[in-house]
Order: sequence, then structure tokens, then C-alpha cells
Amino acid sequence: MSGFVSETSRRRPGTRRALFTVHGLTLIALVLIGLGPLYWAAKGAVSSPTELVTNPLALWPADARWANFSLAWDDLQVGRYVLNSFWIVLGSWAVQLFVAATAGFALSVLRPRIGPYVYGAILATMFVPYTVSMVSLFLTIIDLPILGINIANTYWAIWLPAGANAFNVLLAKGFFDALPKELFDAAKVDGAGTWRLLWSIVLPMSRPILAVISLLAVMHSWKDFIWPLVAIADPQKQPIAVALTVLAGQAPQDQLIAAMVLALVPPVLVFLAFQRQIVAGLGFTGVKG
Amino acid sequence: MTTATVTRPDEEQADRQVRAARSRRWRAGGRRELIGLVFLLPAIAIFGLFAWWPIVRGLIISFQRTDLMGSSEWVGLDNFQALFADPLLGTAVQNTLLFVGLGVLIGFPAPLILASVLSTVRRLGGVYRFLVYLPVVIPPVVSVLLWKWFYDPGAGLFNELLGKVGLGPYPWLESPDTAMLSLVLESTWAGMGGTVLIYLAAMVGVPQELYEAAEIDGANLWQRIWHVMLPQLRTVIALLLLWQLINTVQVFTEPYVFTGGGPQNSTTTVLLLIFRYGFQQGNYGQAAALAFLLALALALMSAVYLRATRSWSKS
Repeated sequence: MSGFVSETSRRRPGTRRALFTVHGLTLIALVLIGLGPLYWAAKGAVSSPTELVTNPLALWPADARWANFSLAWDDLQVGRYVLNSFWIVLGSWAVQLFVAATAGFALSVLRPRIGPYVYGAILATMFVPYTVSMVSLFLTIIDLPILGINIANTYWAIWLPAGANAFNVLLAKGFFDALPKELFDAAKVDGAGTWRLLWSIVLPMSRPILAVISLLAVMHSWKDFIWPLVAIADPQKQPIAVALTVLAGQAPQDQLIAAMVLALVPPVLVFLAFQRQIVAGLGFTGVKG
Repeated sequence: MTTATVTRPDEEQADRQVRAARSRRWRAGGRRELIGLVFLLPAIAIFGLFAWWPIVRGLIISFQRTDLMGSSEWVGLDNFQALFADPLLGTAVQNTLLFVGLGVLIGFPAPLILASVLSTVRRLGGVYRFLVYLPVVIPPVVSVLLWKWFYDPGAGLFNELLGKVGLGPYPWLESPDTAMLSLVLESTWAGMGGTVLIYLAAMVGVPQELYEAAEIDGANLWQRIWHVMLPQLRTVIALLLLWQLINTVQVFTEPYVFTGGGPQNSTTTVLLLIFRYGFQQGNYGQAAALAFLLALALALMSAVYLRATRSWSKS
């Protein structure tokens, strides 16, 4: 692709030099704004509190205090909070995948008569941002309708609402719709039951979309802040994102920065490992960030 | 012409077979219907409990007085009256509009320009895309705390760097005049990556012939960008702008973690106010009333915006 700078003009030395300069400057700017803050956080995490104040522009501290990470992990209990986040992510992921797969399969392959109505009602929830119904969602989890139980302060309060993600259902149904119908008929002729049809044919063929839903679910639930803040009041159960806001008022600056680095390492690693899928996922997801 | 009105035995048998088959099919259809329902059940239960019911209930409790013990009584428009009597409501609406406005002013052109540059890159495209998207994967709370440290008026990175070139020191989050701008700068940095990559994908999709034809007609670089590329991107631009508006109206993490709404309530936003009413004052009815008005505003905004851009993109 050559875009709005055409091949012929790219061959002109003037254009070539201009492009080279613009690209070089852009790359430098992107390194500064993309990697810069991360590097600065890493540097701050191993600096002593006095050095942070006396020599704030030092590129690397005179003596790096790697112990800050273990201090944050143990003394600030970051280890516990990261583990809490890990459980929250795991459960949210499982619930989202289960709801999206079963609903997508029912709506796309089984097609019960009420399917289109249910689908419409699911899509309609996309127009009501969850911040708008946050208050009533909280009143719902402290006294679940029909069941009459209180799930606030348990991870169920995060896992179960995470499943009500219309976008996942949209993605799953869209993908299942594009699978060849002959395959389902052939499987039925061979005597495969409904469950087998889902488990051995539809799901294995849908790995790409299951990966996209999984990555969205994992990244989103690691980043989520406002709902865990509301739903989990017990400090021992809070995820790292919520715990950091509490630590910010109490912990020494250098250990707090170390804690922040520990909180951002897992999602950055996931991004490094699945960069291609995450960027491709943006295409699937259209405008959902 | 006379036709036999009496059915012959073999016809009768065929008729019976058809009817049996129909009932078998009906029974099979009923079974299929049932299995379909079983597989829909998780979605119906989850969406019912955690999406549909809270939406309906939000509407109900904005006309009620509700407490944690589960008792509630109808109070008519009391919640709305109390809401409009709160002088902070006007402040919060103004602040939110300021955040949205500054967000559009800074956060709308920046990704478009960056994506245009990236669309001409041929080597190391993956590196550029990686760097652009990196801030997006950092948890928002971490980003905000990191920037809070950068903004620190004592030994913060920004004032130190700007001091080197003889600028500042600036009060950033400490002054009501600059606090909101500081929030917008961070949130633009944190949210831009996804938008850049979506624009980039759309730019790559613009047919090359259009640029070639324009060039043959003598269009220069800016004309090719302005008259060829941007018109081709109108739908994407419109959608992303709408998405940005809807997102920035709901801003919460930045004011909550950066400033807690201060200084002097200069960063108290609508969502922060909902949070305070509901979860700090236990005034669920008033919180739900404000949330209801917010939902109305969002819906209205989307409708007006989509209507305006539809006529614009047709022209």
C-alpha cells in the first residue's frame, strides 16, 4: 500500500527525505510517549525515596533498590491483590465464554422460535452503558431476585455480571452464522447429539473468535475499576486496581511505584504474547476499545 | 364433471402417513425448540438478572426511597427535586461538558493525524503499532497514578522537564484552572491507541485508484488527504467521534483517582456525583434519578448526532 503518497512521488528524493524525517520523528515521539512512561515507572520503582526527590531527572538511580519489588509484594500485600485480580479475571473469562458460546450456538444453529426476540433484547443492552445502571445493579447483587441471596463481597458479584456482555454474544453468533450449515446436517445424520455438535464441531471450528472473546474478556476484567470498587468492599478481597488507590494514600512513594509496575506487567505480557490477535481483534470489535 | 368424493383406501393410508409424519415432525420440532431454549437459558438468566432487571429497576427506584434493608416507598418526583436543588449538579454537568469538549478538541484530531502518518509507513509498521497501542493495555488506575506522580508539583517529571527549558512551574492538578486539562491529557494518552489503529485500518482500505486519479487531475498531497482520504473515512470518523462522546461523558476513574473531584469541585463529574449519592451517602433514589437523566442525555445525543451525520454522509 502506498496511501496518499504515490509511488511516483515516493521516488523523488525530496519526498523520500521528507517521509524519512516525518517517520523518524514520529518513531521518536512514539517511543517517548509509549515506552517512556513505562521506563520511568521501572526507574522510579528501584529508586530510593530521597533520590526521587533530590534527583528526579536521573535516568537510572545511583544504587538500584530491587528489594522494592519484594517489599511491595509482601509488605504492601501486592502479591495477594494480584492473585485476587487473577481469580477475578479467570472467573469472568469463564462466564463470558460460557454465555457467549451457548447463546451464540442457540441463536445461530438451534434457532428456537423466541431466539430473535432474546437476541434483540440482548443487543438492546448495548445502548445502556453499565455505569448508568450501576446503582440498581448494586442493589440487585445485595439481594438477588428469586434467590434472595447477597453476593456482594464475593467474586460472583463480578463474575456473573461480566457474562452479560452483548458484544460477546454478537461476535459469537456472527461467527457461528458463517460456519457451513452442511456440516451440522452431516453431523446430525451421523447421529451426533446437540451437545456433541457444539463441543466437537462448532467450538473447535470457532477458535479464532473464542480467542478474540477471551482476550477482550481478560484485558477488560484486569483493567476494570469502578465495578470492583463498588462490589468488593472487603480490602482483603480487592483486585490490584482497587487496592492501588488505597495504597496510594499510605505507601512510601518508591514502593507504590513498584506496586504499580507489578500491576501493569501481566497485561503488558499478555499484549506482547498476543499482539497480533489483539490488534486483529480491534477489527472484529469495530469501535470497542 | 364429477369427481370422486369417496377416498380410496390407499389414499386414506397415505393421508394417515402424512399426518403421522407431521406429528412426528411437530414432536421433533418441539424437542428442538426445547433444546434451543435450554442453550439460551444461561444468557437469559445472566442478562435477565444483571442487565435487563437493573435497567428496569433503575427506572423504578428513581421514583422511590430505597434503603439497604430492602424497604422502599414511592416518593414521586422527590428524588428529582432534591437533585435539582443540589448546587453541585450544575457544576458537575459543566465539568463533564468541559471534559468532553477538551477531550474532543485534543483527542479527536491527534489520532487522525497520527494514523495518517502511520499509513505511509512501510518498514517497521508493527513497531509503530505496538508503541501506539501500548498505553491502552495499561490498567487505567495505574496510568492515572503514574501521571499523578508526573504531575507532582514538587519533583514531578513534567515540571522538572519544562523547568529545563524555562517553563513553569505549572500547578497541574492543584489548581481549579488546570486540573481538568490535566485529566484530559492523561485520558487522551491512555485511550488514543485503539482509535489510531481503527483509523489506520480504514485508511489502508481506501482504494489506491482514487489517489491515482486525483494525482492525475493535479491534486497535491493536502488535497489528496482532504478531498480523497477524509471523505472516504467519514463513516468511521462519525462512529469513533460518537463513541468518544459517549465514553467521555461517563468519565469516572480519572477524577476519582487523580483529584477525588477537587480542587474546589473543579473535576467533579456527573458519574462521580452518582457514585457519591449512591455509595457514599446511601441515597440510591437520587443516584438512580441522575443516572436515568444521564441515560436520557446519552440516548438523545446519539440520536441527534446520528441524524446529523446521516444527512452529512449522504451529501
